[in-house]
Amino acid sequence: MTTMPEVTPGETDDGVQIDLISGARMEGLTGMEKIRLILDGVREGNIVVLEEGLSPDEESKLIEVTMTEISPDEFNGIEIETYPQSGGTKKGLIDRLIGTPSPKKLTVIGPANQIETLHKDENLISALVSRK
Amino acid sequence: MGLLTDLRNSISRAVDRMFSDADPKRIGIYGPPNAGKTTLANRIARDWTGDAVGPESHIPHETRRARRKENVEIERDGKSVRIDIVDTPGVTTKVDYKEFLEHDMEKDDAVRRSREATEGVAEAMHWLREDVDGVIYVLDSTDDPFTQVNTMLIGIIESQDLPVLIFANKTDLEDANVQRVANAFPQHETVPLSALEGNNMDEVYGKIAEYFG
Repeated sequence: MTTMPEVTPGETDDGVQIDLISGARMEGLTGMEKIRLILDGVREGNIVVLEEGLSPDEESKLIEVTMTEISPDEFNGIEIETYPQSGGTKKGLIDRLIGTPSPKKLTVIGPANQIETLHKDENLISALVSRK
Repeated sequence: MGLLTDLRNSISRAVDRMFSDADPKRIGIYGPPNAGKTTLANRIARDWTGDAVGPESHIPHETRRARRKENVEIERDGKSVRIDIVDTPGVTTKVDYKEFLEHDMEKDDAVRRSREATEGVAEAMHWLREDVDGVIYVLDSTDDPFTQVNTMLIGIIESQDLPVLIFANKTDLEDANVQRVANAFPQHETVPLSALEGNNMDEVYGKIAEYFG
């Protein structure tokens, strides 16, 4: 299980920590390890940026696990943003057989009460991040 | 998800479909909170069985458990299709109980509602991965369809190889913009309707029969 480097308490008191996670770092992890890595960071108040995003199945499980962790006055869930894809993501059986890679999409995830999306289009995500 | 798992799931679904033609298809009604999913489920159920599926409300997360109405038989052009309607809780990535306080709810009730809502969303995601044969994705056509939840949900549905129809609901409202919904998901068919007023239900039932029959 890969974890983020520990930060000394107090070190981020006047700022917001941003974890930029490369595709290579995520590659060797199982789906659940990826979700844990993301949610552990977000629950600490960090903004997590994934270079290559998650698969649809992992996104589905991320929503499900997030829901089980929501707790009143403590954790309200996540805000997640990726570039919207034009033309859909549907891939046929042939595409999957010949191994066409799924589109990599930069993904930003943060605590729902700290990140607000200001603008999003196919090329730009603009978000406002606030401290806790 | 590995290629072999993908392939195994695809074959398993195809085989299931081939050998289960006699069984009703389970059609999940999905979408964000307050899109009108229960109003639609009730409209379909009342039109073809006389019964409702569940209570409707303007307060988000009124539906906090997936509810199934079995054996709804829809007749179209001399053909009949039998479906189970699964009305699911609205999908979101965040739930804050304080949102419910704005609807004149006591804190205890709001906290309980938010807890049930989170359980409901998790349940809806599970149904989507395991237990539905097709999806009706309902959107409020007065709202911006380009949201992250919509993009993710449609992506998840597509990755499961499930047939999907997009329903642009609430066309009775002045701000409705069906074209904006159609533009957001051009790879899928968009059907305009007002589930509340019963507008365009002929086309709705025609498309359900065509896609899920």
